[in-house]
Amino acid sequence: MKKAFASLLVLLVALVGSAPALAKVHIVSTLQDFASISQSIGGDLVEADSLAKGYQDPHFVDAKPSFILKLSKADLLLAAGLELEIGYLPPLIDQSRNTKIHPGSPGYLDMSVGCDILERPTTQVTRAMGDVHPYGNPHYWTDPNNGRVIARAIAGKLSELDPPNRATYEKNLAAFEAKLAEKDKEWLAKMAPYANAKVITFHRSWPNFAKHFQLDVVGEIEPKPGIPPSPTHTLEIINLINSQKIKVIMVEPYFDLKTPKYMAEKTGATVVTAYPSVGGLPEIKDYFTLFDHDIDELVKALKGGGQ
Amino acid sequence: MTRLFLRTSATLFGALALLSPVLAQQASQAPATAQEVDSLRTEVAQLKEQVKALQEKLDLLMATSPTPAPAAPGVPSQPPTGAPPPEGAPPPEAPPVSPTPVPASTTSTQTSNYFNPSISVIGNFLAAGGSNDTAPLPAASLSESEVAFQAVVDPYARADFFFSYAEKGVEVEEGFATFTALPWGLLSKVGRMRVSFGKVNTLHLHVLPWPDEPLPIVDLLGNEDGWIATGVSFSKVIPLGNVYSELILQAFDGHADGLFDAPERSDLSYNGQYRIFTDLTESTNLDLGYSYALGPNGITDSSDTRLENFYTVFRWKPLRTATYRSFILRGEYLRSHKDEAVGSVRSDGWFASADYQMAKRWWVGGRYEVSELPDDSTLEDSGEAATLTFFPSEFLEFRGMYRRRHYFNDDIANEFLLQIQFAIGAHGAHPF
Repeated sequence: MKKAFASLLVLLVALVGSAPALAKVHIVSTLQDFASISQSIGGDLVEADSLAKGYQDPHFVDAKPSFILKLSKADLLLAAGLELEIGYLPPLIDQSRNTKIHPGSPGYLDMSVGCDILERPTTQVTRAMGDVHPYGNPHYWTDPNNGRVIARAIAGKLSELDPPNRATYEKNLAAFEAKLAEKDKEWLAKMAPYANAKVITFHRSWPNFAKHFQLDVVGEIEPKPGIPPSPTHTLEIINLINSQKIKVIMVEPYFDLKTPKYMAEKTGATVVTAYPSVGGLPEIKDYFTLFDHDIDELVKALKGGGQ
Repeated sequence: MTRLFLRTSATLFGALALLSPVLAQQASQAPATAQEVDSLRTEVAQLKEQVKALQEKLDLLMATSPTPAPAAPGVPSQPPTGAPPPEGAPPPEAPPVSPTPVPASTTSTQTSNYFNPSISVIGNFLAAGGSNDTAPLPAASLSESEVAFQAVVDPYARADFFFSYAEKGVEVEEGFATFTALPWGLLSKVGRMRVSFGKVNTLHLHVLPWPDEPLPIVDLLGNEDGWIATGVSFSKVIPLGNVYSELILQAFDGHADGLFDAPERSDLSYNGQYRIFTDLTESTNLDLGYSYALGPNGITDSSDTRLENFYTVFRWKPLRTATYRSFILRGEYLRSHKDEAVGSVRSDGWFASADYQMAKRWWVGGRYEVSELPDDSTLEDSGEAATLTFFPSEFLEFRGMYRRRHYFNDDIANEFLLQIQFAIGAHGAHPF
């Protein structure tokens, strides 16, 4: 068996050839939203893939070895930052054997840079506050203005990594921004009649969305971020819904509907499954259909029709 | 002779791999041409002129404006950039297309902490009741507190230290540098580490689904902590289509508590593992691995102990409800061939466990374990256990275990263990 070890060592040396250069820019993002936007900007010049699915809780993604394979081939890694991926991304990057995508390298892009980040703590944070993010709320891509910042950052990075195709990236960016501006007008118009409507959310995933579309989040089903609802807190929220005549409870697709449905039964409010990310449903295939879906469902519920 | 070959190969290979980034960098620094030198001289002269002009302007300003009072020590002179914008303020203008977005600046008081390692402490309280005459645990103990320091060293490496504070004293459970920028897709660790022998042996106690190590680990790897050794490790990912496979080769010092004992300094221990991981479906995956290890056991000058391990882990976790429902099935088979003064003893052991997450914070599990003793395979330990675990949050865990063990000496132990684990400090990666 000692000879077997020597053979394995020789085999390892023989296997150390490097992969051939690839024509397309390989992008891996943690969230499907960034992959979708980068595909819009890169078109046929890029291949974009994501680690987390749109219907998955982005805080709890497993660091599966199959993700190491994806990252090992990546030219560009798009991360949400603000410690959203702290539970799985750092070990995956270390094991990727791909220095191009290490933080600080040209192939690592923190999408939060330049975005409007809300709820940055201004006092000492402790875990007595629940699963708080000390650098601010990481669910910032739910604001179309931040989507625009993200698209520009991706276009800039692609131009840097692939200068010969800079004109294409800039053209695609212009088209993306034009469509986003047009769609945003449409979304804002749909939401305008419900300006300052009060809503309950399950988790603090929606401050950027609420700010942009003028919703007033008055409470969360979680008593503290990451802490499941308790009976006392559930009763408090039911009283809040009744006293303030709140019509909508927004729930991300990865949370248990038992408590929200119980609250809805007791109050007459409508539970809306709101998707924070692209890919949450088959029809939510890009950044535009994400808002199309969520806005339509919200408007339906705010009108009083329910879903 | 074989050991000499292994040692020489490992040393040469390791040295080449570790030095190659530095050599490559040196090779890329070609000598400057005379034209480049002239160009640089001109540029330096221009810069000197600019500095002189700026200095003159600064002197003029200093002479005409009052001296500002110095800021209090540790108090930033400007509000931190991380503060939220005032209520009603317009959203910040989106930046133009920039090749490299620049992170927001921070105050000087924060920069002093930038390079400190992430620090975390995990306390592990263990209480035991019932009967056990063979391997009794104390009624209550802080059986292990793990203190971790982790940081990136430089663009080529990161460092991880895990100190285990038990009531008896402190041990370096692990302390290693990982070289993440090696050529040819290699990853190397150097230092003291949990050996990649099987799956459970690589895991720290606080991420196991039990408060104890299974019997084959304790009996065949020599002690309660498993096999921890000091040396060097190289690994290479060998993709098989979309299937992840990895080859790990490791060489260590020839001493390991209860397992290896080297008569000579040059007698090393070795381990190799080949691992395959594949996603069966979006919700299920399979992890398989085979490990082979050998090292001197010190009974005679040339006697070895050879170890084999085959492990499998099956996971089911529907992504949409991943934080509420999941299931993990684990199994490991270990074999030890221990050279004695006369002949060799072959001992086998295995364990299997199943853990089901029935709600966001609740897990239930069961385990069966059996192991022959490495010195006498006619003697055998076995046991069954059931666990119930409650996680109030990611950082706190209560676990109860009913454990029944049948020891080689016919002692039957019936015990109830209560484990409470609590973590403070930096948020580490979720175990997988």
